[in-house]
Amino acid sequence: MYSKDGEDYFIVDAHVALWDGRPENQRNVHGKQFIDCFYDYHRNLSPEHAQWSYEEYLYQGGERLMKDLFEDGYVDHAIFQPAYLFEFYHRGFGQTDEASALAAAHPDRLTYNHYWDPRNGERGLAQLREDAERFGLKGVKLYTAEWYGDSRGWKLDDPWSYRYLEAAQELGIRNIHIHKGPTIRPLDRDAFDVADIDKAATDFTELNFVVEHCGLPRLEDFCWIATQEPNVHAGLAVAMPFIHTRPRYFAQIMGELLYWVGEDRIQFSSDYALWTPRWLVESFVDFRIPEDMTEYAAITTEQKKKILGLNAAKMYDIPVPAELRLPDADETETGPRGADDLVPA
Amino acid sequence: MAVALLEERTATAREREAFDALGAVMDPELDEPVTDLGFVRSVDVLGAGAPATVVVHLRLPTSFCSPNFAYLMASDAKDALRALPWAEHVVVELDDHHDSDLINAGLAADAGYKGTFRHEAEHDLAELRETFRRKAHTAAMERCLTALLRAEPTRGVESLADVTLADLPAGRYTDALLRRRGALGLPADAVVDPDARVMVDHTGAGCAPADAGLLLRKARATRVSIDGNAHFCRGLLRTRYDGSGADQVERSDGAEPADARYARALPLTVIRSGKDTP
Repeated sequence: MYSKDGEDYFIVDAHVALWDGRPENQRNVHGKQFIDCFYDYHRNLSPEHAQWSYEEYLYQGGERLMKDLFEDGYVDHAIFQPAYLFEFYHRGFGQTDEASALAAAHPDRLTYNHYWDPRNGERGLAQLREDAERFGLKGVKLYTAEWYGDSRGWKLDDPWSYRYLEAAQELGIRNIHIHKGPTIRPLDRDAFDVADIDKAATDFTELNFVVEHCGLPRLEDFCWIATQEPNVHAGLAVAMPFIHTRPRYFAQIMGELLYWVGEDRIQFSSDYALWTPRWLVESFVDFRIPEDMTEYAAITTEQKKKILGLNAAKMYDIPVPAELRLPDADETETGPRGADDLVPA
Repeated sequence: MAVALLEERTATAREREAFDALGAVMDPELDEPVTDLGFVRSVDVLGAGAPATVVVHLRLPTSFCSPNFAYLMASDAKDALRALPWAEHVVVELDDHHDSDLINAGLAADAGYKGTFRHEAEHDLAELRETFRRKAHTAAMERCLTALLRAEPTRGVESLADVTLADLPAGRYTDALLRRRGALGLPADAVVDPDARVMVDHTGAGCAPADAGLLLRKARATRVSIDGNAHFCRGLLRTRYDGSGADQVERSDGAEPADARYARALPLTVIRSGKDTP
């Protein structure tokens, strides 16, 4: 819970990880390149006081995570969204055992989402059924740019991917968080293309598709599909920290999302341990759209409350104190939400 | 690691010429020359006689930048350098990328895109280039039309459907739009085609006044995205390579107060030569 100026904010950090990027876990140079790339993101976008040393960044462990999120970070509930990256790390990047054990020990604080890879075929489907039971899965994190032998990615509308989504629907795994990375086959087209999400969202209307990083670096393509599909949501992982060094860009991202997607379908996250939630929550509560950006309406306190926690809490059935709940906005299911249709420029 | 070879020295005339030639190589996603982005790490010309060897190293903001764009820029760089009459032998290498080995071997062998990426490639990159040419045009169009709305506060958004090239004021935004239109084969001369509509798609088709508002909003999302990506990529390059900010040319579109620390008033006067080793 975060309180400021007489307002209370229920905080759900909808995208966190417990990773191990240490050299002894790196399978090859790509393992080093991957964590180094994350560390550059961290150094580039964090305020100086929130920057970690490289050593700290490689691995945090559960104790540190609990402190950063719940003691220091105002977070009421956090959701693990692990990346496997087995081609880069011996024991995977996201630490399944440690994270799921932590979630089991703190069920009121943590939800563990798992992952699947449709290239594992029937074997993977059987594993998914086991995992659903073992972890009590409500959601998964899918990384379509995962390497696998000679393959460097898959698409959400591949035939085998549909088999997994059908199984998820049957198993009650309703929340599909999906992230795209830059290497995917074939390389001829835009590697960040989100059209496959559009197709899957149309064909699996019982599932929620949370597009992490709100489609960045393809914000426009994401907004265009999300506005047409009532079950597509925007995850703010990686978008949030722009609030510090690039507040105007952040304002534009928020302005576009509120216009195209609406206030009920945007979820806050720190993307821990890429960044820590404390400064992000504080900055977001204080945030205003710059006055000269007349093309965007102001962000209201209610909208901030929904984005910071209420939207994800609803998706994951996380209990919220009655006095902090808010009703859904009276907005159209599809098409521009018209948050600012009075201000063309 | 190898001993650091960092050295600053005055570029030779040919190195200057080679660098200028690289100014024609664009990052298609960010719609800017690689020379402005700081992606050129070094330019060396070996041999002072008529046939010479030119060696160029390129660098990108992360190891995981899209390999198709990385290849595209590196192969365009090789083509641009080959056009120099004195460049008998051209070596272009991409540093520190997850696909550096693959791409550099493909470039050295002139294997082409499909030859370089083999089973990962189905077609050439023409469609990818076209996608980003269209986005660049959309963003340029939005900048012009939004500037018009800001300059004329009483103008209704519906009227944008009928704005023509002749209605645009002379300036940077209009010049940029005309260049992007030219790249798509659209009428691109305000004198020859004064009546050509501004709010058009990549085929030149216009829209009804009632649709202009939504189309402007769509175009705005594209512009926000390109500007945001361009500045984030610049920032990541500066974080990844100490001192690389000195090799970047200021981008005013999408600039924020924090960029004042990096902004350069003048383009490069010195070419960094020789590889700096981390």
